[in-house]
Amino acid sequence: MTGQTKRRPSPEELLRRLQAEERRERRGRLKVFLGYASRVGKSQRMLHEGLRRKQRGQDVVVAAIQAVVPPDVAEILQKLEVIPTVRWMHDARPYEVIDLPAVFRRHPGVCLIDGLAYDNPPGSRNPKRWQDVNELLDRGISVITAVNLQHIEEQQPAVERITGKRATQCIPQAFLVEADEIEVVDAPPEELHPAPGEPDPRRLGELRELALLLAADVVDRQLLEYLRSHQLTPQWGTQERILVCLTPHSDPEMLRAGRRNARRFHGALLAAHVEQTNLSPADQKLLAAQLAAARDAGAELHTFRPGDFVTAVLQLAREQRVTQIFIGHTLRRRRWFARGPVDRLIDAAENFDVRVFPHRGQP
Amino acid sequence: MYLGYAAGVGKTYQMLEDAQELRRRGIDVVVGYFEPHGRQETIARIEGLEAIPRKIIEYRGTRLEEMDTGAILRRRPAVAVVDEFAHTNVPGSERAKRWEDVRILLDAGIDVLTTMNVQHLESLNDQVRDVTGVRVRETVPDWVVDEADEVRLIDLTPRALRHRLERGVVYSSDKARQAMEHFFTESNLAALRELALRYAAHEVEGKLESSVENGEAGSASRERILICVTGNPFSASLIRRGKRVADYLRADCMALHVLPEGGWTSLPAGVREAVERHIHFARNLRIEMHTVAGGEVARAIAAFARTHQITQIFLGRSAPRRWFRLGRGTVVQRVVRLSSNTQITIVAQRRR
Repeated sequence: MTGQTKRRPSPEELLRRLQAEERRERRGRLKVFLGYASRVGKSQRMLHEGLRRKQRGQDVVVAAIQAVVPPDVAEILQKLEVIPTVRWMHDARPYEVIDLPAVFRRHPGVCLIDGLAYDNPPGSRNPKRWQDVNELLDRGISVITAVNLQHIEEQQPAVERITGKRATQCIPQAFLVEADEIEVVDAPPEELHPAPGEPDPRRLGELRELALLLAADVVDRQLLEYLRSHQLTPQWGTQERILVCLTPHSDPEMLRAGRRNARRFHGALLAAHVEQTNLSPADQKLLAAQLAAARDAGAELHTFRPGDFVTAVLQLAREQRVTQIFIGHTLRRRRWFARGPVDRLIDAAENFDVRVFPHRGQP
Repeated sequence: MYLGYAAGVGKTYQMLEDAQELRRRGIDVVVGYFEPHGRQETIARIEGLEAIPRKIIEYRGTRLEEMDTGAILRRRPAVAVVDEFAHTNVPGSERAKRWEDVRILLDAGIDVLTTMNVQHLESLNDQVRDVTGVRVRETVPDWVVDEADEVRLIDLTPRALRHRLERGVVYSSDKARQAMEHFFTESNLAALRELALRYAAHEVEGKLESSVENGEAGSASRERILICVTGNPFSASLIRRGKRVADYLRADCMALHVLPEGGWTSLPAGVREAVERHIHFARNLRIEMHTVAGGEVARAIAAFARTHQITQIFLGRSAPRRWFRLGRGTVVQRVVRLSSNTQITIVAQRRR
């Protein structure tokens, strides 16, 4: 998440926004069931939802489902209208393709589509099934679909580290993130009874964690958008967000701790410093090294607004929904009546945890 | 454990579905406690399952019903279904909390299926208040939930949940309308859902790590966290926060209260009661509790931290300095100055 820009939008931008809004209103709604492995029950959940909607009077059809389904799925399927997929052969390989012309003619209210990550054969109208889904949405047809974690492009490196395998077919994560709704289909790995060659329960557990965190990030983003579009102040505390305040002489331990904490909490790491023009060349070099280290640690870099340090820290922390502020305790020698910035920050930062780090080296 | 983020997401429904599946497989399942809430689709799921009659308890002239743990123990099923894990029993019951009854069943070798919402977790109590404005009173210590062999997240989008509310599936219509305007707002539900997803991910990770023990975090590099407890009402939030950070960092966690020179007896009765309550609360969360008597608070904390190799101290905010103490600084300032080798966290004290 990046900081909010405070400028007024240009007329072109306003127009673009309005057009986007209008398009969204005409567009069908996309709902995605996300699973971390096969057999967690995504297809079943999708069909159940389709059936419930049909019973409530919505116009529902199934436009893609695997050829072989377990008996409980087959039972629900019998109660739904199905537009069969078309089987295409290409290079002696069979492809199941959504019969788009038939779906367009039928123009249902809601379309159920399994296997979102499927490829279409070369020479098709769209190379990928998710692009077919996009077309349906553009024509005002709502889609309920299901996808597994290993088919999300941006998640594939992590999945590969866990399973040693990479799925060939995939969808861009942005497609998932922009869905109107995403729902996790969760089940403990012990209940999946993996077949030989499939990930063992331990690896399944790791995939499960990834899927839950991905869903949490999507929910966080949607929540933020909702709050902004309704002019509500973002809430604190759904996710740990750590802000490390850097100076040329910060103890490297502060950044290390920030990184460790952010990782353990699956939270966000931010680092910020005061832009100073009067730094000595030596300090400039030190600061540059600190910032490089922060970048390496995966921190999102910010600079404090000019002016009072404490005010700047609090403003950034508020804007960025920070939960913990890390600061070095550098000013030890003070006169008894003067209060240093650390003391002032502690007093003023009522809404944030402030962690003060010892300063090693010079007093 | 079937974990959800609000009433009506389908925890009980899924639990009963699974109980039916167990029964079909020939496993001896009984319903120990089930809260129908008048939800027809859920009630239909109980058909054919044996239910253990509830126990009637008289309390101030009203007859209230609770789970009959003794009867379940005598019946000895393989699996018992127990709805609403976080429930507080009627005063006068054998145990204060339903989760304590569940532990009795587990100790007797009976498997338990149960349900809970994420906002009942002790560690999330403050966050839940921050995002929803509601202070949840019925809480369950995290270690109890950590003991669950399996946690299954029951997810539903807030939109779908609000539709259920509108259709009167969850509550009667006037209660539903009230719920949707207050707790069940779209943003509250989304925030609670995010907390539930993150908590479930954390649970999964915890299970993975405990199965490989002595992994990366050797005891040498282990952090040691000290929480400084006082009679200030904010101490409960401070304890929760310190414990939560300790749990996530897999750090050792202990708490300290510094008594005045004269020990317990020199505390005013009200303060003494508050301190005792906080100590009790910390112990319930399985935090090692210490007290030391005498001396100045900041010095005592710094000395304790040194002798116990503490790496991080958690403090509440100090009261504003009084004019006659200007020269000395607040407890927080003095701890920061005296414990110059330790990280010190001053915990947020949010108001809504």
